[in-house]
Amino acid sequence: MASKKQLETPLFERFASSEDVALYQTDKQYIKDIRKAAFDLFRHHGFPSTKNEEWRFTNMTSFLKDDYLLSGLATMLSTREIDDIYHAVAHQLEAIKEDGIENPYRIILINGHFSPELSVLPGAQDITIGSLNDNMDAPAAMEYFAAIADTADAANSYVALNTALYANGLFIEVPKGKVIEQPVYIFNVYTADRSAMILPRNLVVVNENAELTLVESIIDHTSGQAVLVNKVTEIAVAKNAHCHHYDIQTGQNGLRIIQRTEATQQTNSTYNNYTFTFPGTDIVRNNLTIHLNEANLESHLYGLYLTAGTQLVDNHTEVHHKFPNGESNQLYKGVLLDKSRGVFNGKIKVYQDAQKTNAFQQSNNMLYSNDATVNAKPQLEIYADDVKCSHGTTIGQLSEEAMFYLRSRGLGMASAKKLMVNAFAFDVTQKVKLDKLRSFLEQKIQQTIQ
Amino acid sequence: MLSIKNLHAGVEEKEILKGLNLEVKAGEVHAIMGPNGAGKSSLASVLSGRPNYEVTAGEVILDGKDLLELSPEDRAREGVFLAFQYPVEIPGVSNVNFLKTAMNEIREYRGQEPLTAKEFMRLSREKQELVEFDAKLVNRSLNEGFSGGEKKRNEIFQLAMLEPKLIILDETDSGLDIDALRIVSRGVNNLRNEGNAFIIITHYQRLLDYIVPDYVHVLADGKIVKSGDKTLALELEEKGYDWLKS
Ligand SMILES: Nc1ncnc2c1ncn2[C@@H]1O[C@H](COP(=O)(O)OP(=O)(O)OP(=O)(O)O)[C@@H](O)[C@H]1O
Ligand SMILES: [Mg+2]
Repeated sequence: MASKKQLETPLFERFASSEDVALYQTDKQYIKDIRKAAFDLFRHHGFPSTKNEEWRFTNMTSFLKDDYLLSGLATMLSTREIDDIYHAVAHQLEAIKEDGIENPYRIILINGHFSPELSVLPGAQDITIGSLNDNMDAPAAMEYFAAIADTADAANSYVALNTALYANGLFIEVPKGKVIEQPVYIFNVYTADRSAMILPRNLVVVNENAELTLVESIIDHTSGQAVLVNKVTEIAVAKNAHCHHYDIQTGQNGLRIIQRTEATQQTNSTYNNYTFTFPGTDIVRNNLTIHLNEANLESHLYGLYLTAGTQLVDNHTEVHHKFPNGESNQLYKGVLLDKSRGVFNGKIKVYQDAQKTNAFQQSNNMLYSNDATVNAKPQLEIYADDVKCSHGTTIGQLSEEAMFYLRSRGLGMASAKKLMVNAFAFDVTQKVKLDKLRSFLEQKIQQTIQ
Repeated sequence: MLSIKNLHAGVEEKEILKGLNLEVKAGEVHAIMGPNGAGKSSLASVLSGRPNYEVTAGEVILDGKDLLELSPEDRAREGVFLAFQYPVEIPGVSNVNFLKTAMNEIREYRGQEPLTAKEFMRLSREKQELVEFDAKLVNRSLNEGFSGGEKKRNEIFQLAMLEPKLIILDETDSGLDIDALRIVSRGVNNLRNEGNAFIIITHYQRLLDYIVPDYVHVLADGKIVKSGDKTLALELEEKGYDWLKS
C-alpha cells in the first residue's frame, strides 16, 4: 500500500487506522460520504515525502515524529485561559485595526472552532458568520464545501486528512450585492497543553456583486508544544464579487503550519491574497491555488516571507487560467536570516481556451546570512497561443555598494540595514490597502531585522 | 584639516595608492587630476572608508583624529563627505527618509537634538533652492531612475544638507550638461566657507573655471607627481599627462 512517495511514520499508521472518522456520526450523510472518500485518499497516499515533486524541498519527516493528539483540545479551556485569549485578541486588534473603526467584526477561532462567545459580529444581518457545522444546510455550503480544495493529488493528502477528520470550522457568506466596507478580522487562536494536530476548516462564499476583506492573524498559545496546524480554506468568489484576503502568519517554535487556500472565481471577480510570514514558527507551508473559472477576471497574489533561525517557509502557488481574458499577478519576496530556508514554487497554467491571458510572476529573495538558502522555481504550463506571461526569479544579498553609500552619509549599520530591508519589502508592503495594517507590518519587519 | 602621509592602499593584493602625501587646510579647494586608473577614486574610497580597500601603510589625520580607525559612518559623522562618481540607486528608500535618518544620526553622534519634522522640511527647502534641486526628486526613491545629471545634483543636495567639513567630489562634473555644470558649481561655491575644504577630482579644466582651486595636483600611478596652482590645470589641458612621466 505505501508507495515510495510517502513518508513512513508511525503517525500515518495511527491516523490511517484511526477510528476518529467514526466519531462524526452527527454529520449529514453527504458529509459522511465526503469524509469517507477523503479518508480513503489519505490512506492511499500517506504523507508526501520529498520524492513527491511538490514536496521536494520540504522534508516533513522531523515534523511528523511527534505523537500528535487529534481531537479534544478545544473543549479543555479554563476560564483563565479564555481570559488570556480575550486580552491577547484585544491587544492584537488594537495593533492592526484601522483607525476610525469603532466596533469591527472579530471572529475568534479556537483551534479552528468558531467561538460564538468571544467573537463580535456587529453587522450580523449583513453577513453570515458561524460555525461550519451549523451552516451545512446552507445552499452555498452544499455547493462549495470540499468541492474547491483538491484532495485527489497525492501532494494534497494533508487536505484529504483535514477533510476526513476536521471537527468543525468557520463559515462566512456574504449575500448578493452586499459590500462589507470594514475588514473582518479573524484571529486564529492555537492553544494546546500537549502536542496535537489541529485541523481548521474554513469556507468563505462571496456572492454576486458582494465584497469582503478578511484579515487573518494568529494568536499562539501553544507555549512551545509541538502543534501541527493542518488548515484548509475554501473560497468562492462569484460574478462581479471581490475578495481581499490578508494572512499574517506568526507563531512560536513548535508551531508548524501546513495550509491550503484554494479559491474559485467567476467572471468579473477579483481575488487578492496578501500573505506575510514572520519568524518564530518551525515551518510554514502555504499552498495557494486559484481557479479562474470564467472569463474576464483577475487575481493578485502578494507574499512576503521573513525567515529566521532554522525556520522553513514554503510558498507553493498555482494559478489556473481556464478561460479568456484572465489576469493574474504574483509577487513574492523573501528575506532570509540565520540558517533559515525559503521555498517558492509558482505554477501558472494557461489552458487552451484561455486566450488573451496576462499572467505574471516574480520572486525576489534576499539572503541576509551566508547560511540561509532559498529554492525558487517558476513553473509555466501554457497551452494557449495568444497570451502574455512572464516570470522572474532573483536571489541576491544585501548590496554592499548600497550599504556603503548609506553609511558614507552617516547612517549606522543597523539603520542602513533597516532601510534596505524595508526598501526590498516595499513593493509588497505598499500593496496592502489597509493603512494601519501596513504600518503594523512595516514595524514588524523592522523589529525582525534588529 | 586633513593630512595624508605616505599612504599605501589597495584592493585584494593589488597596490593602488603607492605612498601618497597631501595636506589640505580649512578654506582651501584642491583639484586632483590624472589619467584613468591612476587611483583618484581609490583615494576617495580610502578616505571615506570603503570596506574592500586595505591600507597597508601611512596615516590619514582629520583635525587630529585618525580617520583610518573609524567606520564609514563615523567618518561621515566627523564631517567627511564623498560625492560618488557613480551614485547608487536604491529603489524603495525614499530620498527624504534617508536624509532625515542620516542627519539625525549625525546629530546624535555630535550630541545634538534630532531635527523636528518641521525644521527638517524648512532646511530641506532652503537647500533645494541653494543648489537648485528639483523638489519632485526629493520625494522619489533614492536615485532610482534619476538621469546621470540628476544623480550628481542629488549628491550636491545631500552635501548641502549635511554640511560636512571635508568634501570630496569625484568627477561630479562628468555627465552634466553645461547648465547643470553651472548650477552645480554655483551650489558648491555657495557652500564654500572658512570652515570646510574641498578635494575636487576631475578630468576637465572647465569645472575649474567655475570652482577656482587653490591648488592643482596630478595623481599618477598612485602618487601625487606634481602640484601647482590653477594654471597647472591649463597646462595639463594643453599637454596631457605624458610629459610628467619620467
Ligand atoms: N575592486 C577592485 N578590484 C581590482 N582592481 C581595482 C578595484 N577597484 C579599482 N581597481 C583598480 O585600481 C586602479 C585605480 O582605479 P581608480 O578607480 O581609483 O582610478 P581613477 O583614477 O579614479 O580612474 P578614472 O579616472 O577612470 O575614474 C585601476 O587600475 C582599477 O582597475
Ligand atoms: Mg575615478
